[in-house]
Amino acid sequence: MTISPVARLRLARALIWLLALAPLAMLVERLLNGRLGANPIEFLEHALGDWSLRFLLLSLAMTPLRSLTGWVWPLKLRRTVGLWAFAYICLHFSVYIVFDLNILAPAQALAKLGEDLVKRLYITVGFTAWLFLLPLAITSTDGWQRRLKRRWKMLHRLVYPAAILGVLHYVWLVKKDLSEPLLYAAILAVLLVWRLPWARAWPRMGGGILRARSPAADPRDPSLKPRA
Amino acid sequence: MLIRVAPEFPIASSEITPERVFQDRRHFLAKMGLATAGLALSACSDAKEAPQAEPAAADGAAKSGLATLEVSKKTEMAGGEKVCSYDDITQYNNYYEFGTGKSDPASYSGTLKPRPWSVTVEGECDAPGVLGIDDLIKPHALEERIYRMRCVEAWSVVVPWIGFPLADLIKRLKPNSKAKYVQFFTLADPVQMPMIKRRVLDYPYREALRIDEAMHPLAFMVVGLYGRVLPNQNGAPLRLITPWKYGFKGVKSIVKIRFTETQPETTWNQLGADEYGFYANVNPAVDHPRWSQASERRLGELFRRSTLPFNGYPEVASLYAGMDLRKNY
Repeated sequence: MTISPVARLRLARALIWLLALAPLAMLVERLLNGRLGANPIEFLEHALGDWSLRFLLLSLAMTPLRSLTGWVWPLKLRRTVGLWAFAYICLHFSVYIVFDLNILAPAQALAKLGEDLVKRLYITVGFTAWLFLLPLAITSTDGWQRRLKRRWKMLHRLVYPAAILGVLHYVWLVKKDLSEPLLYAAILAVLLVWRLPWARAWPRMGGGILRARSPAADPRDPSLKPRA
Repeated sequence: MLIRVAPEFPIASSEITPERVFQDRRHFLAKMGLATAGLALSACSDAKEAPQAEPAAADGAAKSGLATLEVSKKTEMAGGEKVCSYDDITQYNNYYEFGTGKSDPASYSGTLKPRPWSVTVEGECDAPGVLGIDDLIKPHALEERIYRMRCVEAWSVVVPWIGFPLADLIKRLKPNSKAKYVQFFTLADPVQMPMIKRRVLDYPYREALRIDEAMHPLAFMVVGLYGRVLPNQNGAPLRLITPWKYGFKGVKSIVKIRFTETQPETTWNQLGADEYGFYANVNPAVDHPRWSQASERRLGELFRRSTLPFNGYPEVASLYAGMDLRKNY
């Protein structure tokens, strides 16, 4: 079966937009039909948080996927996935600001935010992750990429600490059952270890079963052009 | 051939699909959806109002099919705060023996069999032995008490419990002069509770009170809620409620009561002594190391409300006279 890279890109783009919009549609449907459970704010916060992490990990999986398969679309769509991760994080953060801090009393909300940032370590790391991702979202355009040149790549390496802090944020807020946050931690660990030079050499030595094409130059290189 | 006649209510409450639950809530939550949309559009002048009382708050109890209980008196002991809906109380709680998710107890506790049931009494007392659950309950006149319940995770409910004072039971069990503490054990049966094989906690679940705490008139042995017997997920057939303490002190599905001279092990305290104290009195001034205890989310409300010292039961304060409650959290 042969699919042209262009067709594959179109298909992948459609699937990723579908994947990104489906959780939002699900949440809106539940909200309107009163199916958010006994603690709807917590339900929203947790669901939005889960999808933030999933998209963040998916964005980090794009480079390895490109390298293992030789497909072009993962790099083309990496920005889209990353921006969706950021969008979910912003929604997650908004629910906390509006309902946990109570935006109807802004002065007290600000004081509570300050206290949470100082005293609740899981909120400190979650907020820091958001802060790290904010400049990445802003500079995600082609224009900023051109303007920043080599520094763009350096700046966008902030995604690694942001992802670590995001997973830590989840680990630290769970009361006892760590199985789910540790699953995210394990996936992140695989994605980060893969980026180590010696680990990346492994598929080149014949381990890459999915590899369809010759090795990419530097799979992290955002300026990598699609191969014909 | 044995012919089984369908019981009057053939479906256990815990087996009914969650779908039904949400039907009743549709109206209220649709309103919430509008309130949220309103906030998003910053047209939120009336969003602060508490959600209106759901006319269907008790509907879930009737649909549960659980047996009704007669009570000799009803006492409102939650400062007039609105009682939470039956569905909120029974569909969102912790009972790790049936899973760690908030809806897991309601989904998976159908395997628990609250009859036949017996409770072992042992330790420093003059009436040790094994009591059948009905023999244990029968001598007591059941009463309804509306209490607040505050979870250590910072959510809360207001529940119409049915039961009898723990003090009355303890008097029957005749603790001796050495009995300084009373410890309670939850059932730990891998057949009725398959999830305990995951060993998230060190089972059986154990909790304990100082004997003077246990004798306090607020300490309540619970056998029902909302006019009916306890649903499995809320700790059938017998559980403890100490409304001035965090919910985890309220040990569920009790199979053993032991009187001891020294402070017994309690499950959460043993697991993380810096996070969960032996006393576990609700205290907005002492935070959990990882989160604030100053406020809570009442089920059915959108915004958080302030947490009250001793969960709004200051009459227990004399139990802790002279104690540093920051140290003895």
